[in-house]
Amino acid sequence: MLKKLTFSLLSGAVFALGLVLSGMTQPAKVLGFLNIGGIVAPERFGAWDASLAFVMGGALCVTLLAFAITPRAGRKPWLAERFELPTRQDIDRPLLLGAALFGIGWGLVGYCPGPALASLLTGGLDTLIFVAALAGGMWAAKQFPILKSTG
Amino acid sequence: MDTLWNTLHPFVQASIGGLLIGLASWLMLASLGRVAGISGIAASAISPAAQAPGERGWRWAFLLGLAVMGALASTLLHTPASAQRPWPLLLAAGLLVGLGTVWGSGCTSGHGVCGMGRRSARSLVATLVFMGTGFATVLIAHYAVFSWT
Repeated sequence: MLKKLTFSLLSGAVFALGLVLSGMTQPAKVLGFLNIGGIVAPERFGAWDASLAFVMGGALCVTLLAFAITPRAGRKPWLAERFELPTRQDIDRPLLLGAALFGIGWGLVGYCPGPALASLLTGGLDTLIFVAALAGGMWAAKQFPILKSTG
Repeated sequence: MDTLWNTLHPFVQASIGGLLIGLASWLMLASLGRVAGISGIAASAISPAAQAPGERGWRWAFLLGLAVMGALASTLLHTPASAQRPWPLLLAAGLLVGLGTVWGSGCTSGHGVCGMGRRSARSLVATLVFMGTGFATVLIAHYAVFSWT
């Protein structure tokens, strides 16, 4: 149990280090990436910041490899009985609507859940308000899984 | 330390950070056999629903590591980490992100980094959708009367 907690803590810590180093914890930088108007007309919309594409690219280089070689039949994780990975493959309404709402919230402020939580202790009141609303939204969505009924 | 780091091109910084995010996901996969989807981990950690013993602890440990290392790293590197938005907007955005990531079963990490890493069609579609509405929101906000752009 203690080993599980330690490895989980370590994973969270390395994740946060990656988020901070990559610039993901700076909402202004995230909004600069989402500012696609800047690709065609920077004088009008401000410059487009392509750097966050490299975050996703760098992470995918590792995870494409990881998920290809680690969860093999007959193998177990170091500290668990089995791999517990998502199995669903259907593209349903909750997925589309949920992702759409998430993107709107992301575009309004520039925080997705990871960077917001990694900034919780240093981001000041702004981050606290966002994270409180984030937790409220998550709680509410679990209470009202209306959208899940179709899936 | 931060001056040395800042001599690197932003694309290089972003790539190094991305590799670390990927490695963290790999560590979670290899040790606990789980996907490092932050919205899923957070939502389950705070969920009042009953959970099997040991299912809540590792999630809180992950979140603790995330928050503490996030604070440490951004302090050492003097990273600006504030959203600087009016509070009604912060509330609305947080609510949308919370609702959307639970209903949509994931966020940038669960769908973008791990899901696409698993070559899941669901995650690819979700990522395209949230990137699309994110782009659209920033574009529309530029034309809206809000003063923050």
